Amino acid sequence: MRAKYLIGLGVILGALAYLIFGGLGQNLVYFLTPSEYLQDQGRYQNRPVRLGGLVKQGTVHYDKDQLELRFILTDGVAEVPVVHKGTPPGMFKEGQGVVVEGRFREGVFHGTNLLVKHSETYQAPKAGWTPEEVRKLIEEAK
Amino acid sequence: MLKVAQPDRPDALTWVFLGLGLLLLPVGLYLALSAPPDVNQGYLVRIMYLHVPGAWLGYLAFFVTFLYSLLYLFRQDPRYDRVASSSAEIGLVFMGLALVTGMLWARPTWGVYWTWEPRLTTTAILFAVYVGYFLLRGAIEDPELRRKAAAAVGILGFINVPISYMSVKWWRSLHQTQSIDLTTGKIHMDPAMLQALLFNLLVFTLLYLGFVRFRSLLAALEARKEEA
Repeated sequence: MRAKYLIGLGVILGALAYLIFGGLGQNLVYFLTPSEYLQDQGRYQNRPVRLGGLVKQGTVHYDKDQLELRFILTDGVAEVPVVHKGTPPGMFKEGQGVVVEGRFREGVFHGTNLLVKHSETYQAPKAGWTPEEVRKLIEEAK
Repeated sequence: MLKVAQPDRPDALTWVFLGLGLLLLPVGLYLALSAPPDVNQGYLVRIMYLHVPGAWLGYLAFFVTFLYSLLYLFRQDPRYDRVASSSAEIGLVFMGLALVTGMLWARPTWGVYWTWEPRLTTTAILFAVYVGYFLLRGAIEDPELRRKAAAAVGILGFINVPISYMSVKWWRSLHQTQSIDLTTGKIHMDPAMLQALLFNLLVFTLLYLGFVRFRSLLAALEARKEEA
């Protein structure tokens, strides 16, 4: 009875140690901004990093046949071109905050995972929303 | 939370909390399902009415564990220890609900079920600490030592609650900051949504109060049986 709990306790302590020293250590800086990357380019070449910023207006090109998404990520100061294979997530749009996981190759950021940030503000659609209108809204968001 | 004379049955207040909570649960669900959708994420925003109360009640439950662990260490009365462990147990259920609903919400909005960002990582640590709390309780046979060790974890483990809450402000994260910000008092939410959220929060709080009183009584009955 007791041994079972001790093994369980060992597993939990191991997991905690991993989370705190392995996971959290790196994740205190969850993502880099394009400016931070450009200041210290050598360090991040060919290394997996997370890059966070806004999708620049008018720079999104999505190739439906190749499933290739291209856009420019900006933090207002610096800009970085991003290529991502795969369909964009539902809430991806121009001007949206995103975090891209991937690595740099020859000045282009190759994303393997695209995460979309959303704001903490929740607003109902303006004036008399009917289920049909909302459905259209959701369709448009896709 | 428990009377000195140990009762055999839940008292009236426990039944009131449980009864009201269960009665209002469908009302909360109705309010959640009739609340307006969000401009950006549509109906997906409704997961919030489970996710946020789950997380808050988890935090509250761990705070009660912290308080009663302290009380136990000062007064050395096993009753306090029983409330502390009952609250931790229910806190794990609510925190688990917050984690699961959070993952279900994250997939369609962020694009992934899980990512090691600060809010998620600190919450995972929080959850693991309280799982450890119960494993520790199970591993120690001497009742007094068990209660003292558990109280130590109950007190130290709570440090992570404010860290988890503030993580979205302290570090860069994917998780959005608080929509009802307790540090600034600002609310970034449609009034209709806020109403539904606060109502569900009330329902969850009633259920928590009922659960923790009920569970503490069960623990008391268990302890009495062990002694006999």
